[in-house]
Amino acid sequence: MPQRHDILFSTLADPTRRAIFERLCREGEQTVAALTDRAGVSQPAVSKHLRFLKQAGLVRNRHEGRQTHYSAQLSALAPLIDWTSQMAGFWQSRFDRLEDLLRRMDQ
Amino acid sequence: MSQPATETRSVVVEREIAYPPEKIWRALTQPHLIAEWLMANDFRPEMGHRFELRGDWGSVECQVLELEPNRTLSYSWGAMGLVSIVTWTLTPMGTGTHLRMEHSGFPPDRQRAFYGAQQGWRKYITNMEQILARVDAQ
Repeated sequence: MPQRHDILFSTLADPTRRAIFERLCREGEQTVAALTDRAGVSQPAVSKHLRFLKQAGLVRNRHEGRQTHYSAQLSALAPLIDWTSQMAGFWQSRFDRLEDLLRRMDQ
Repeated sequence: MSQPATETRSVVVEREIAYPPEKIWRALTQPHLIAEWLMANDFRPEMGHRFELRGDWGSVECQVLELEPNRTLSYSWGAMGLVSIVTWTLTPMGTGTHLRMEHSGFPPDRQRAFYGAQQGWRKYITNMEQILARVDAQ
C-alpha cells in the first residue's frame, strides 16, 4: 500500500515527467511525437519518461500503425488523494481478520 | 490530540463483537495473536514501549501511549514520514463488546506538504483533485 505511494511520488517528482503527465491529463491522448514537440527534450527522453509513467500505472499506451498513443490513467492517483479512505479499507479488513482470529481462539 | 479537529482527519471503525473485552484484549496485546490479524510485531503491553509492525510493504514505527487493560490501548503509528495515533476502546455490552478503533491525526495538507514542499506538490495535488472531480462528474 505505501509502496504504491512511493512509486507514484518518485515517478512524479521529476518535473519533465510531471509536465508530460499533466499534459496528458489536460489534453487527452497524445502520440510520442506530439508530446516531444512541446516537452523541450528529445524523443528518446520523452519515451523514457513515458516508460516510467507506464510502470507506475499512470499512463496507458496503444499502438496504431507506427504510432504509439499515450493516455493518462487518473485512477492511479486515487491512493494519493484519498488516503483516509484507503486507511479505512485497511482497518475494515483487519477487523475482519481480528474477528476470524477471535472465532478460532474459541476452539 | 493537540490539534483542532478541523486540521486532521480520522478513520473510525466500530463493531459489536460477540466476545468479552478480556478476550479481545488478548488479541490486541499478545504479539503472536497481533501477528495473526495485523502484522508481525514486537509489541509488549508496557507504557512507552517502542515496537515495530512489519508488513510486506514496509514497517510502521509505533510506541505505546495509553494502556488500560480490557478498556483502552493507544499507540503512535509512524509510517510514510507521518505520525498518527491509533486508539482502541473496548466497552462491554451484554455478553459481547463494542470495539472502536480510531486512527487519527492525518493532516491532509501537511501530508502533502511533506512530500511536496520542494516540488510544488500542494498545487499539483489540488489540480489533480479538480481534474478528478471533473472526471467523476462526467
